[in-house]
Amino acid sequence: MKMNMVSAINLALHQEMERDETVVVMGEDVGVDGGVFRVTEGLIEKFGPDRVIDTPLSESGIVGTAIGMAMNGLRPVAEMQFMGFSYLSLNQMITHAARMRNRTRGRLSVPMVLRMPYGGGVKALEHHSESTEALYAQIPGLKVVVPSSPKQAKGLLTSSIRDPDPVVFLEPKRSYRLIKEEVPEEAYTIPIGKARVMQEGDDVTVVGWGAMLPLIETATKKLEDISAEIIDLRSISPMDTETILESVKKTGRVVVVQEAPRSFGVGAEISARIMEKSVLHLEAPVERVAAPDITVPLPRSEDYYYINPDRIMRGIAKVMEF
Amino acid sequence: MLIDDYDPLKGKRLQILKETGTVIKTLEPQLEEDVLLKAYRTMVLTRAADDKAVKLQRQGRLGAYPPGLGQEASQLGPAMALDKNDWLIWAFREMGALIWKGVPLWRQFLYWMGNEEGNNFPDGIRVTPTSVPVGSQILHAVGISYASKIKKEGSVALVYFGDGGSSEGDFHEGLNMAGVLNTPTVFVCQNNQYAISMRRAKQTASQTIAQKALAYGFEGIQVDGNDLLALYAATKEAVDRARNGEGPTLIESFTYRRGDHTTSDDASRYRPEKEVTEWEKRDPILRFRKYLEKKKLWDDEKEKKLLDEIQDEVERCVAKAEAYHKPSIEDIFKHTYAEMPPELKDQMDRLQQREGSE
Ligand SMILES: Cc1ncc(C[n+]2csc(CCOP(=O)(O)OP(=O)(O)O)c2C)c(N)n1
Repeated sequence: MKMNMVSAINLALHQEMERDETVVVMGEDVGVDGGVFRVTEGLIEKFGPDRVIDTPLSESGIVGTAIGMAMNGLRPVAEMQFMGFSYLSLNQMITHAARMRNRTRGRLSVPMVLRMPYGGGVKALEHHSESTEALYAQIPGLKVVVPSSPKQAKGLLTSSIRDPDPVVFLEPKRSYRLIKEEVPEEAYTIPIGKARVMQEGDDVTVVGWGAMLPLIETATKKLEDISAEIIDLRSISPMDTETILESVKKTGRVVVVQEAPRSFGVGAEISARIMEKSVLHLEAPVERVAAPDITVPLPRSEDYYYINPDRIMRGIAKVMEF
Repeated sequence: MLIDDYDPLKGKRLQILKETGTVIKTLEPQLEEDVLLKAYRTMVLTRAADDKAVKLQRQGRLGAYPPGLGQEASQLGPAMALDKNDWLIWAFREMGALIWKGVPLWRQFLYWMGNEEGNNFPDGIRVTPTSVPVGSQILHAVGISYASKIKKEGSVALVYFGDGGSSEGDFHEGLNMAGVLNTPTVFVCQNNQYAISMRRAKQTASQTIAQKALAYGFEGIQVDGNDLLALYAATKEAVDRARNGEGPTLIESFTYRRGDHTTSDDASRYRPEKEVTEWEKRDPILRFRKYLEKKKLWDDEKEKKLLDEIQDEVERCVAKAEAYHKPSIEDIFKHTYAEMPPELKDQMDRLQQREGSE
């Protein structure tokens, strides 16, 4: 069936709640209202208010409570309305969710999912466009997953819900309704920690995740005589170094595209890993196409800031001409 | 009903056992003799173990430690009202409650000696690990008890925190959430009058901490925190109410911290000595002993025998913790995820090689 990312995620939630009665969904407005993006629509009618919990406006409250639920046998899928508000609950994620397994020597774990729309490109309000995946990825004990399309979203969310550890599931809100694709009706999983080669190529490897993939595709289609290999990282942490290195062996040139600010980001990590393990295969320094290290501008200036296909093309040209 | 009768807004505090050891007969909980004796033993053991931990810290054999001197009843009373299947969520000063719940004392020493294996409790003990970030565990109790409610498990979650913890946002979010979701949660604030150097009066302008419950739509009660019987009785009622679907309760245990905040603190900088000596007179263990003596359950001979026994037990636990094997490199890596990702395995291998070659 052809569907967009919102419907694909919604279907995954329906199916996982049906399959496993310990799965509960919680957050501000997720019940009767179906979530501000309608991602949780129809769940409360089907599973009732005990399993689809409309919570007070209380981010730390939601995450801290979810941690407790997970410690006592539930699989909460908690929603933050926007990534920019998840910082109120960051303490709970870092000081508790991420380390509960370790500090109890495996006795207690926190199999929860923290879902949130992230990223810009939609001319939203302040605090509604952040892309701070590196913040979460730096925390040992958390997993960070970012789907790039409806089909990816459904399979990755299913895996995240079934995962025994806390997963931060970032939904590129720019892509929520942008793309429609064929999505299998039945439940399926996509492994966390595995990247996918979206397009094979020989001259340059372009790595991206989430909302960057459609832009990378547009950019590489415009290239003449350059064959680009596109890698959809899918999982930021753990990261699939292997797939990247395999590709570097073949192409010798890498461009990482991240919508987050340039410094200390995931692109830097990818670049470092290539340096450590594959420097002799490189024909050019790894190029990062990234946002500047500034606060996300308000909508009027967002275009200066946001990644576009031209900037990706310039990045590719730079490594090709080196 | 104690909780209804002791409206915190009317400035009432529940006391059952007086400092002289006499009880208010109509309120006296009916506990079996062996339970009373076990409670006494647990408080004496807690004090001895606590004292030992402080000494070990001074000798460099244990890390920073938060002493619980004077709070033995405040810790133990609430825990006594729990069934095996109930959860206990603690802060960092509740050694006695853990002992009662069956967490081995030697593991507790091991934890404060700096080994995560100290948090590795035996199976079936529903006790969470310490929560060092103040107040953040309150929400876990709400979540745990919510899970119990919808799984129809019949278990209750009891959470301890301090008067300082009641100033944190998580306290408000936790109580609010519990009220809205009507969870079987019992909140126990050990109001020991200080959060490090900050007096209770600097934490909140409200007259009692118990009264805050009313704002969240449930009951609160202030209890004499050095009176084991009152703590037990109030908590038992709160636990029963929670189990019956009547929702959460906030209990304020009005007590006093006679030791330093932790072994890194010097309480004489901010606390008058006179205050401490005043509170010594209200000592919870002594008071309970008088009660047992009046009941003809205790005498000097029994006391001496118990102290000897406990001295041995504490020494054995310390020895066991000190003999525990040193953590390996694998130990610090292996519980990060259920399954180790390749990059992490790689980092572990490299560290092992480096350490091995030194
Ligand atoms: C979030 C957080 N802020 C500050 C600290 C430092 N700190 C540790 S204990 C403490 C005081 C706690 O007081 P209270 O909650 O009354 O408990 P008590 O120590 O009196 O038992 C503080 C400020 C901390 N551990 N966590």
